[in-house]
Amino acid sequence: MTTKAQTEAARAVPSDSGEPRYEVFELPEHTVEIVSDSGEGAQKCGQILGAVTAKMGNGVWTVEIIPAEIEPPPRSPAGGSGNRVRIGSEPVTNWGDETQLMVAFNEQVLMGRHRLNALADDATILLENIWADHPDETIRAAWQEAQSELEKTNYRIIEVPMQEQCLTVVEDPRRGKNMFVLGMLAWIYDRDLDLCRDQIAHAFRKKSEEIYKRNVELLELGYGWAEENLDFRIHIPAQPTTDPMVVMNGNEAVALGAIAAGMELAAMYPITPATSASHELGDVFEKFGGVVHQAEDEIAAAGVAIGASYAGKVAYTITSGPGLALKTEFLGLAVMIEMPLVVVDVQRGGPATGLPTKVEQSDLLAAIFGQPGDAPHVVMAPATIEECFHVMVTARRIAETFRTVVIVLSDANLATGVQPFRRPELDPAWVAAPPDLSPVPEGLKPYDWDAKTGLSRRFVPGQPGGMYTVTGLAHDESSRVAYSSAVHQRSSTMRSRKIAVLQSTLNPPEVYGDDSGELLVVGWGSTRGAIEEAVDRLRAEGMSVSSLHLSFLSPLEPGIKEIFSRFEKVMTVEINYSDDPDAPYINEENRRRGQLAWLLRAQTLYDVDCWTRVLGEPLRPRAIANAIRQRIETVEGDIA
Amino acid sequence: MTIPVNSLLQCALDDERVFERSDYEGPVPRWCAGCGDHSVLAATQRLLADEQFQPETTVFVSGIGCSSRFPHYLKTYGFHGLHGRALPVATGIKLHRPDLDVFVVMGDGDCTSIGAGHWVHATRYNMDMVALMLDNNIYGLTKNQTSPTTPQGYPSNTQPRGSWLPALNPVEATLGITNASFVAQTAEWIPPHLFATIKAAYHHDGFAFVRILQRCPKYTAPLFEEGLKNPDSIELLVHEDGVMVDGLENVYKNQVRHDPGDIHAARRLAEEDGRTRLGVFFRDESRPRYEETRHLQAITAEEKVTRLSEELDLHAV
Ligand SMILES: Cc1ncc(C[n+]2csc(CCOP(=O)(O)OP(=O)(O)O)c2C)c(N)n1
Ligand code: SF4
Ligand SMILES: [Mg+2]
Repeated sequence: MTTKAQTEAARAVPSDSGEPRYEVFELPEHTVEIVSDSGEGAQKCGQILGAVTAKMGNGVWTVEIIPAEIEPPPRSPAGGSGNRVRIGSEPVTNWGDETQLMVAFNEQVLMGRHRLNALADDATILLENIWADHPDETIRAAWQEAQSELEKTNYRIIEVPMQEQCLTVVEDPRRGKNMFVLGMLAWIYDRDLDLCRDQIAHAFRKKSEEIYKRNVELLELGYGWAEENLDFRIHIPAQPTTDPMVVMNGNEAVALGAIAAGMELAAMYPITPATSASHELGDVFEKFGGVVHQAEDEIAAAGVAIGASYAGKVAYTITSGPGLALKTEFLGLAVMIEMPLVVVDVQRGGPATGLPTKVEQSDLLAAIFGQPGDAPHVVMAPATIEECFHVMVTARRIAETFRTVVIVLSDANLATGVQPFRRPELDPAWVAAPPDLSPVPEGLKPYDWDAKTGLSRRFVPGQPGGMYTVTGLAHDESSRVAYSSAVHQRSSTMRSRKIAVLQSTLNPPEVYGDDSGELLVVGWGSTRGAIEEAVDRLRAEGMSVSSLHLSFLSPLEPGIKEIFSRFEKVMTVEINYSDDPDAPYINEENRRRGQLAWLLRAQTLYDVDCWTRVLGEPLRPRAIANAIRQRIETVEGDIA
Repeated sequence: MTIPVNSLLQCALDDERVFERSDYEGPVPRWCAGCGDHSVLAATQRLLADEQFQPETTVFVSGIGCSSRFPHYLKTYGFHGLHGRALPVATGIKLHRPDLDVFVVMGDGDCTSIGAGHWVHATRYNMDMVALMLDNNIYGLTKNQTSPTTPQGYPSNTQPRGSWLPALNPVEATLGITNASFVAQTAEWIPPHLFATIKAAYHHDGFAFVRILQRCPKYTAPLFEEGLKNPDSIELLVHEDGVMVDGLENVYKNQVRHDPGDIHAARRLAEEDGRTRLGVFFRDESRPRYEETRHLQAITAEEKVTRLSEELDLHAV
């Protein structure tokens, strides 16, 4: 068994020739991915590596590589499943650029990633070696074909006898390679083996002791093999912090945030990539007096959440784009009857079934404007996994204070990304109070709108003297069906006013970088880390670029116009579709722009440009930087 | 998830108050003269007074349609929501507040067409509530369109040469749903039977589905003529565990003893054979109720924070 101490010792051990056996690369950051066929456990390997790395004080951002099918055919380029871990010595805010080290369980999943341009030009690849001499002729041929394609690249491919090694411990190597690989990576990145063991114990806590032991054996086998055979290690200095930290993905953060907010009912219908939040919650919610209700469909889920809110405590419903579409009518009802409701939309690629497992930010305008009729409400977007937790507390409060719907736009990038963040300092004041069932004061009406703010107090069944019927029909202060036109004008005004009142309580967003300059890049949601990293790089090159990230999309935060006025040009960067301005037929009048750009143009009258992509993956800082460089050149061209 | 009700206050209120029927009456209903919805409202108000319901812990949830205006005409809490979606809202209310008495009022279009999925699942959830389906065999509010329960051949604005398909039989359908626990049928023009049936539904522990044959003099008057004029066209299902109304035997001579515990007999009786059968077809209080299996004790904010902190420990770095 290899211990940490022995590892340290190994550093100094020269090979027979007197040269060090391996080279240690000191790097500020590195990105590794582990990809296998579905069911071979590469995801678990990546998750454990990410958790261990976070615990050691490195910055981490983990992204799942997920095929749309549960068990796609083995050895298929599109069927690769795994995890991509970006490790830094500083906190890591996004998935970064191309992968530098890859572990591939077969050459087909490697080809899949290669064709997606996921790998750096000079990436190192640790590839399972059984396929070249496989008894199946078609497999050998496929391997050969892949080899000829790979020969044209600059990758450094190291063949690893994963199966051969694993067979010394397990009968079915498909069930063991992932821990062998974890061991190899633990050696390469000098990860603490005790932490790896702890994390394995946690990951397999529902399995037997025997399975734990076998996995640890495989871990140690992989570690030892790497030590014997590899000629490089990567050292990324860690900065252990004294701040207590937690590590989780965005969906887990949403689930735990809902608990912190005191919600007691989550109504949902399964849909990727939202469902895992309910898995997390389903596991623990009962301890908090909470229920995850799996409804018969998304419409019912919305109705159940609204019913629970009506009965006294704000509930939430969680879904993704297709489900949000189904909830539309109920969202309009909640706005109309001023029923607090939190809706989480974990966005994926669309329209229709679209890209179920892949990130996109295409639901923004649907979230804000998607309800027929005028339905003013709040739309927020967490930018980090930490914010996925806290947004639930804020959303619940806003929903309740303003008696309105709050839609929280997360996305697949946040949902599946794993990142350490400061442990929330929980506060009982975040928890929704039990409903006040005291008698309603004489004369108070169910919609006693304050003429200036539109705010009113909500009655809850059980309160004597408050009996009234909520109705989706236009209604007056007493919730009586309106038969005169003036009533609708007035109640619409009151519902709309609340949104302005909320806006008046918000702070202007902070500019990242200089307060003024040539170009301001505006983003929202999960792209924050990538945009700011791109801005940092460009500023280091001497460019005059800043960025602005919006947490509220409806209402927009105050002061945006004033901020825009300090820049020569404003553009958004988003993960949604926009027409390329130079494409055939596209002109100023018909160009379909990024959704935030569309919104900002309408609200500010600034000529907001955009750069957007729908590649089914998070944006890369490098790609953003390239796009910005081009725009800067255009600005300079315009001036010259 | 119970909400701690201020029990002192509750007792004080309980002791002093006696409710008259008028205490449950809201504004004057705006249904057409002679509309059967009036009778259902009257029977319901009678039941509320009879059982001394507390108006503030009673909730009527409805969809959209003529019949769904129901809650507006009562002085209890009410939720007049979306077409077809009363049941999910009621499910949310009951999940969160099992202490509330929940009634659901739906039209035939509401329940068996746009809300059909929820009807199936609410039946299976078997939560303790009363579901009244006011079946006038037509879409009333939207002015005379065919509903799933419109008899074959009966014309409407959307199927002027008569409904193309055989009518859906809501009693038979509900009896076919797993975990159904109470299925009854009544007619609003027989007030004592209507009252007794709603009352039995209320006293049932579980989801009590009542199809109420409801006259719509505006659009479907001919469909109810026979039932009104000819008591012999009606057959009453009688049993101590079902509904027995003294005196009705003088008018409704066709009476069948039916044990509501017998699901097979219930299904046979529900089949279409030209007879209109009123009474409790099926009743079984032993079926699991969703809100019971999901019922949890409320915990304090401080306790939540402590437990959440333990949860965060599992994610600690
Ligand atoms: C989503 C939606 N679709 C259609 C309507 C229009 N609509 C209102 S009531 C109704 C049918 C009413 O028939 P029923 O449920 O039988 O109730 P009744 O009026 O007969 O009591 C329809 C189609 C609506 N309000 N909402
Ligand atoms: S249209 Fe029919 S159902 Fe509607 S109120 Fe008139 S009579 Fe009643
Ligand atoms: Mg009808």
